[in-house]
Amino acid sequence: MLRQRKVATALAIFAATNLCLLLAGFLAPYPAAEQHREFAYAPPIRIHFVDASGRFHLRPFVYSLVAVDGDGFSYREDPDIQYPIHFFVRRSAERHAFEVTEPANIFLFGTDGFGRDIFSRVLYGGRISMAAALLATLLSLLIGTVFGATAGHFGGIADTSIMRVAELVLALPCIYLLLALRAALPLHLGTTQTFLLISAVIGVMGWARPARLIRGVVLSAKERGFVMSARGFGASEWYLLRRHVLPQALGIILTQAVILVPQFITAEATLSFLGLGMNEPVPSWGNMLSAFQHFQVMSSYWWMVAPIIALVLVSGSYFALADVFDTERIRAGKSYA
Amino acid sequence: MKAARYFERRLVHSVALLVTISALTFTISQLAPGSFLDEIKLNPQISAQTLAGLRAQYGLDQPVPVRYFRWLKSVATGDFGYSLAYNMPVKKLIWERLGNTLLLGATAMVLAWVVALPCGIWSAYKARRWIDRILVASSTLLLGTPELALALLFILVAAHFGNVGAGFEKSRSGGASVLRGVRIPAVVLALAAFPILFRHIRSAMGEAWHSPFLQAARGHGIGNMRLLLRHALPAAASPLISLFGLSLAGLVSASFLVEVITGWPGIGPLFLEAIYSRDFHVVMAVVMLFSLFLIIANLIADLLLYAADPRVRAEC
Repeated sequence: MLRQRKVATALAIFAATNLCLLLAGFLAPYPAAEQHREFAYAPPIRIHFVDASGRFHLRPFVYSLVAVDGDGFSYREDPDIQYPIHFFVRRSAERHAFEVTEPANIFLFGTDGFGRDIFSRVLYGGRISMAAALLATLLSLLIGTVFGATAGHFGGIADTSIMRVAELVLALPCIYLLLALRAALPLHLGTTQTFLLISAVIGVMGWARPARLIRGVVLSAKERGFVMSARGFGASEWYLLRRHVLPQALGIILTQAVILVPQFITAEATLSFLGLGMNEPVPSWGNMLSAFQHFQVMSSYWWMVAPIIALVLVSGSYFALADVFDTERIRAGKSYA
Repeated sequence: MKAARYFERRLVHSVALLVTISALTFTISQLAPGSFLDEIKLNPQISAQTLAGLRAQYGLDQPVPVRYFRWLKSVATGDFGYSLAYNMPVKKLIWERLGNTLLLGATAMVLAWVVALPCGIWSAYKARRWIDRILVASSTLLLGTPELALALLFILVAAHFGNVGAGFEKSRSGGASVLRGVRIPAVVLALAAFPILFRHIRSAMGEAWHSPFLQAARGHGIGNMRLLLRHALPAAASPLISLFGLSLAGLVSASFLVEVITGWPGIGPLFLEAIYSRDFHVVMAVVMLFSLFLIIANLIADLLLYAADPRVRAEC
């Protein structure tokens, strides 16, 4: 019973976070790069149900912000006019989950130094980080499967050389190599190129572990009775591999995908954090966090931690899912690793 | 005799690995578009002759294989090439910072093991009790938290309590100040290393605790404390020894980010700076140095394993 609840919780968090990122365009009230310079470093907005006279409203509302003169970026609410929050609004052919009318703004997680809505940027940035991670995972698993299957199925010199290279990749200090590889490629590129390049660099770094695991599965799978008998009936090597051997590795490929995605999200965030990944104004969790390199930001504007929370949440949900997969596989008696 | 052969084989393997890595890093640096001298070229006060002179002086006009062997020679003599940005041999540049990185890494490693070992043993002993559940849950939480997030959150909390000076302080005058400076990065690094250590120790100890020979020992009426430390721990030691080698790799990677974020004057910030200024000898030196470090650490772990575990000896 407890196990089922754990599986359900992991799946629910996983689905919820991914859905949020997928629906970024709908959930985010502002475009990612839209600036509200007059509201730089605005704190998260307060959502009210009770107005100044103590009356309760069923529809939540916000007050517009007014800059307090004198000390830098501080704001107070203007309690004269209430701006109700509208849900499921249609604006220029696009639906938005919620918004308020001008001049009030709804900055759920506050704004950054350019007055950009952090909530929207976390969603859009997460979509980019996630897409890069998924692309990199796909690449990693593709290389890993091809190499692992070749090594395991054909053996001999292919096996030895591939596994030696895999050992090499695993022995290296990966973040230093990742950065060195990134440094060897052009630093300033267009958005799409940067995106593809980063995904490729990260993906190329991660194939070794899946390749080793898949090799193990293939090694044991090709000795199974039905594979041998298919071989006896004259099936070609390619047919055997495709039809009988690789499907047995599907479980491990899936588990590896779930393990790799959060690692790659972090890798992308790290690259962008260091200024070697996605560039402004395109948001990514990494480059949003690079504001933290300024002590002033870190000590005064705590709401800028939103991307960290998102990172932990998404990465944690993947880890929980991987844990569930692992236990299920061990329970089913199919532990290869 | 057999031990010598085993050691020899491992050593040859390691050297081959290092040569491959050196070729790989060198190739990567050669593929890179732009070099340090390209950046200098933008300065109108530097003439073409000077530039050509510089190229000749640093041997950049030689063909690639020649440059590779010259670089290899300078690595072998410990110079690790020449930093164009700092205009000095990389060795000088790296030496002091390496000391800082090792100080941080060693502190964190000791801290992580000192905490994880008793926690793991206790957790395995009290499996499925509340203390075990709390420890497992917190280790899972830590495992799911990327180092980037961990380091930033920790710094944030430290900043909130006005403790940041410690992490950012770069002066190294006297032992007390070093101790204060290393506090935050070391704790972050130890926290990052803790969950994997804890999980492995717990599972290795759990396995040993439920094995038949321990049942027999228990049947002889040996006390729990003695059973845990004298009987179960040595049996669980061999996976932990290889874990030691493996956990170093994670530590080296994590230490880069932690150093950059907390401003610890180690290899990490130097490496990052070298990447920005395309100072490739420094980049290559750092990759080589850490590869060497990890390979040696794994070699030592393998030898320890060989010494400690008769099953490994039988396999070789």
